[in-house]
Amino acid sequence: MSLSEVVASSRVVVCCGSGGVGKTTTAALVALHAAREGRRSVVVTIDPARRLANALGLDHLSDQASVIPGPWPGEMHALMLDTKATFDGLVQRYAADRTQAERILTNRFYANISGSLSGTQEYMASERLYELAIEDDYDLVVVDTPPSRNALDFIDSPQRLARFLDHRIYKVLINPSKGPIRAVNLAAAAVTRSLAKVVGADVIGDAIEFFRAFDGMEEGFARRADRVDALMRESTTSFILVASPKADTVVEAGYFADRLGELGIDVKGLVVNRMQPAFEFTTDRPELAGIAVRARAETLAGTPLGDLYTALADARQLAAAEEGHLVGIAEQVAPAPVVRVPIQPGEVNDLVALDHLADLILGTVPNG
Amino acid sequence: MTPPQLLTSASVLIVAGKGGVGKTTVAAALAVAASAAGLRVLIVDVEGRASMPAAFGTDPLTYEERALVDAASDHAGVYARTVTPDDALLDYLNERGLQRLSRRLVSTGLLDVIATAIPGIKDILVLGKVKQIERSGLFDLVIVDAPAAGHAITFLRSASGLLDAVGGGPINAQAQEVQNLLTDSDRCRVLLVTIPEETPVNELIETAYNLEDRVGVALGPVIINGVHPDLPGLHDDPETAADQAGVALVAGEAEALSSAAEFRLARTAVQQEQLDRLANELPLPQLRLPDLFTSTLGRAEVDVLAAALSEQFIADDARGRR
Repeated sequence: MSLSEVVASSRVVVCCGSGGVGKTTTAALVALHAAREGRRSVVVTIDPARRLANALGLDHLSDQASVIPGPWPGEMHALMLDTKATFDGLVQRYAADRTQAERILTNRFYANISGSLSGTQEYMASERLYELAIEDDYDLVVVDTPPSRNALDFIDSPQRLARFLDHRIYKVLINPSKGPIRAVNLAAAAVTRSLAKVVGADVIGDAIEFFRAFDGMEEGFARRADRVDALMRESTTSFILVASPKADTVVEAGYFADRLGELGIDVKGLVVNRMQPAFEFTTDRPELAGIAVRARAETLAGTPLGDLYTALADARQLAAAEEGHLVGIAEQVAPAPVVRVPIQPGEVNDLVALDHLADLILGTVPNG
Repeated sequence: MTPPQLLTSASVLIVAGKGGVGKTTVAAALAVAASAAGLRVLIVDVEGRASMPAAFGTDPLTYEERALVDAASDHAGVYARTVTPDDALLDYLNERGLQRLSRRLVSTGLLDVIATAIPGIKDILVLGKVKQIERSGLFDLVIVDAPAAGHAITFLRSASGLLDAVGGGPINAQAQEVQNLLTDSDRCRVLLVTIPEETPVNELIETAYNLEDRVGVALGPVIINGVHPDLPGLHDDPETAADQAGVALVAGEAEALSSAAEFRLARTAVQQEQLDRLANELPLPQLRLPDLFTSTLGRAEVDVLAAALSEQFIADDARGRR
């Protein structure tokens, strides 16, 4: 199955990989490709580089989807994830009434959750994905995951946050003298007191106030987390790994493929961006096409021809090293297609360049 | 020999940059250059990644320091360890006689609540540990391999942010000491790393102003990794150049040579544009490291880059003395 066939059979595409490998661009291209095929697509980006945002015409990119104008039969939309706005929306949805929502939204501890609790951004990305895929009528939702080191965060973050919000300790914080495990609770309350001495009582007070306000809502969050989890496992949800051909990002991609495998999720495609072309040529003297190029560069060093051979030898050396890194990961994700995208000589900063890249990654539009 | 001025300007150098720019490579090369110049160096990895030990061909780093380059006649020694938030917190509490509390925090999950209640506390603890290492005087230079760029600002702002949020107590005192270290240019400098491409350069400029204005740290030179060496001969026609050199080209060879040259020149032009723009928009000295055209980082590569750094240090110091 080619990558464009994978995309055609998907309703949700999740692009994962480490930071700086062109994940956002790849996600945008998948959405653009779908629009070229007449579908209605939306791409959820986390933090697009300025020039990519401009290339997409997204000067005013917001939490709400906006149309990307372009010469395609379908529609392409884009939005940038606003972690806090998404979380606020969830609180409002599951609060019993406006008073409860207000108490949470104005709490200092709550403000910190959206900013610093690890996994919150990942959770909100999957939450937004769920809203768009289930509640809106897009044919394809493409999501660009945050560049977190723990690649799994994106998948299990809803469950993790639900656990955080439903932890035994918060019930202890709220009311230390109640419940069947009173002795344990009292011990925990002693911990809370010593802690208050180290970090300050007002800090602990904020946390207690938050969990008190949140009481009763954790079930709604947990149910939602289950539904998001189910969506991740749908057969029409495809995980595409994005990597650059560097040793360390390939290692991370391999780790991610492993973890997905443990969750019973297959990688549906691997996109390797920024590959160095090797400038191969066929000759009746094959010994000249390989290592001899570097030898010639060295013999001729300092002459124009030496410089020319150096450029060719450097290109080949890098290209060979990159291919070497990809051997293991290609076997690991098989039979998923591996798409090698040559590095572009200039910057990818307009629709023409994006269109060209979409052709390279996903192929041209049939009959188009 | 006298160690170069940059390496003695501060006892803590924090190396920061966007993912994929070779920040770890640069930290490793700096460490080797400093060790070769007679300084005993400790590398602190705050994220426990695999790339630093890989560069030296050793096992993963631990909370206990280990030698990456042994002290010898030509090296004062490079040592490395991790300082991760959880270990730093346990250390902090244990040093204050609160072992029982630290065990409870971990077993109850309260640690997550604390970290959420006080954003930045983990970073404060890590930087507090770095400060303690600096104060111990066991090393001439501490090189911190910081988190990736966006996180670097959060990381370095943690102290000033916490001073605003928490009124008093031991954590506040810790944050104050960290802030003192970060804002004292005789003790600490931040070195930003980038590659000469548009997006990384944009992020570097943004990060630089953010760090100076919002954290008040002193920035050292910008380190630009992966710069193409100049090859003037690429403008020549391969056939002509071959005729001049008396070399016969096989079929297809001239075309491959000119395609490779064209590609390389286009990439080099992008690099030059970004180097110029960086120089215009950010008035900081630049150190440039050559592109090695390999995607593997090992000791051999680190040594080449360390030598390139040393050369530039010597040149800079000579200019400085004139």
